[in-house]
Amino acid sequence: MNLPHPQVYGLLCEFGSPRQLMDAAKKVREAGYKRIDAFVPFPVEGLSHALGLGRKHDLVPLLTLIGGLGGGLTGFFFQLWVSLSAYPMNIAGRPPNSWPAFIPVTFELTVLGASIFAVFGMLALNKLPQPHHPLFNVERFKRASSDGFFLCIESHDPKFKLEETARFLQSINGQHVTEVRDED
Amino acid sequence: MSAEDRPVDSPQIPRLARVLEPGHSYASVTDKIASIVLTRPTSIGWLLGFSLAFTLMMVLLGSIAWLITKGVGIWGINIPIGWGFAIVNFVWWIGIGHAGTLISAILFLLNQTWRTSINRFAEAMTLFAVACAGIFPLIHTGRPWMAYYMFPYPSTMGIWPQFRSPLIWDVFAVSTYGTVSALFWFVGLLPDLATLRDRATNKPAQLIYGMLAMGWRGSARHWHRYQSAYLLLAGLATPLVLSVHTVVSFDFAIAIVPGWHTTIFPPYFVAGAIYSGFAMVLTIAIPLRKAYDLEDFITMRHLENMAKVMLATGLIVAYGYFFEFFISLYSGNKFDVFLVEQRLHGPYAPYYYALILCNILTPQLLWIQKVRTNVAWLFVMSLIINVGMWLERFVIVVISLTRDFMPSAWGRYQPTFWDWSTFIGTLGLFVSLLFLFVRGLPAISIAEMRELVAHEDHK
Repeated sequence: MNLPHPQVYGLLCEFGSPRQLMDAAKKVREAGYKRIDAFVPFPVEGLSHALGLGRKHDLVPLLTLIGGLGGGLTGFFFQLWVSLSAYPMNIAGRPPNSWPAFIPVTFELTVLGASIFAVFGMLALNKLPQPHHPLFNVERFKRASSDGFFLCIESHDPKFKLEETARFLQSINGQHVTEVRDED
Repeated sequence: MSAEDRPVDSPQIPRLARVLEPGHSYASVTDKIASIVLTRPTSIGWLLGFSLAFTLMMVLLGSIAWLITKGVGIWGINIPIGWGFAIVNFVWWIGIGHAGTLISAILFLLNQTWRTSINRFAEAMTLFAVACAGIFPLIHTGRPWMAYYMFPYPSTMGIWPQFRSPLIWDVFAVSTYGTVSALFWFVGLLPDLATLRDRATNKPAQLIYGMLAMGWRGSARHWHRYQSAYLLLAGLATPLVLSVHTVVSFDFAIAIVPGWHTTIFPPYFVAGAIYSGFAMVLTIAIPLRKAYDLEDFITMRHLENMAKVMLATGLIVAYGYFFEFFISLYSGNKFDVFLVEQRLHGPYAPYYYALILCNILTPQLLWIQKVRTNVAWLFVMSLIINVGMWLERFVIVVISLTRDFMPSAWGRYQPTFWDWSTFIGTLGLFVSLLFLFVRGLPAISIAEMRELVAHEDHK
């Protein structure tokens, strides 16, 4: 393993605007770095593309579909089971399987299942909640939730060499190049 | 010259056209909105307002305590009028909530940038309105401690809910609506909670916002999934919000009572819900922007657009009233015709005329741009519409129940002190929650405002 600095999480640098960050992300990718991430105060259009994250990366829609189907099917067949076998009741002579009457609840449970899966699926895939992260050790990183646009090359990256990568980040106009240390 | 090909900084573009006043940067919007929560001292106005609202909330708790002690007999309801204020207020509150979801979900899907600065507190309003609405059917059951009977759970009695009943649909619709609105609101808040965590200077605030932010760090990977989850939630909330008031209208429309049993109810209830909701958003937005100097963010453009939505939905509601009236007469059904007569000449006729005045005639003033852009007028108008929509539900619930099929089953309904105190109490609960919300959470979405700044810069 070429990890000369096991305590270093990566190198963080800052850019002045989303545009500069995006250009830098492209250059970093062209230079062959793979384990990179950007940290921005609002979603920047095209940034995930510039970082090389494809559509495949995103499992949230699939999870939402599963949640919706699960909720809807459970809802419908549960009502059917109640009406057919668990607690059959003759209401104004309607047949036991009066399915149109089951649609509202089926619909609501579809939406409920899909929404719960969308939100908790998103959080789980993002590995949140995660109260501690090495990046929070960097004082300037607070600006990532205000007006800072950060780029980080992680030390797991096969091409990562502390001095060389730091010089590279400076060469693409990264400001405040900082070593992110993974320690308490 | 059309609106599109005018240069952006042309003097021909009136102040109205802007959704954000010029000169703001990422840092300035962040500072301004976060400072309301973090650094601004609690003002006397806030304390006074909150105390008043809190007092009213205590009135609610007192009324509920007395209700539980004595039973629903303390209200004016009796057979044949079993529904009274509880259902009127339930429908009114749940309708108010609808505008919040409409603003946050439907306008998001339609890419309307003007939703940005109003969606957060409109969503909060939705949650608080649903909370107020939920109280009424619960306490109206008479034995609120048995309310869990409505949920399907494997009981030792071996009984299950009756899924063919609209009242059970309502339980599912409203509880789903409350849950999804809360999730949507929380997802929207997540990046802003991280902002507050990073800017908070005292330990308790750092700890609380830090826990709520769940370690959000604005990673591009996270944003990617976040955006698709947000978009999906918006897509899910859109049919949901339409379904909720549709199901509420089924509570009436599935019954055979004259004046209730009509197919126009679902669309006209949904339009009415959005109408009253936008009125409530204006009622909240106008004092809020004044008190916290947010005129740069909640501009006249927002107020005017909301006025236009009110006018449009108001016209749909007027169409609903007209057709309700027309179809009753056209049907030739003597009970329906009689109900129309009762609305026009019966003992509750003044309520009906007041409703027409508040909901149909007054909002026509919104055709005039001078009215739409006058803050004081809009505020008064929004209050009138809130009253009007409450009257609409009163007219629907009470007139039909007092004039059923058999004259021997007719009755009168007179709200009692406890009816009023419970209703006014929920207003106190609603306003108290709003006061706490503006003090503890960013009332405007900071992350989305930064996006708007980027968008404006790009132009």
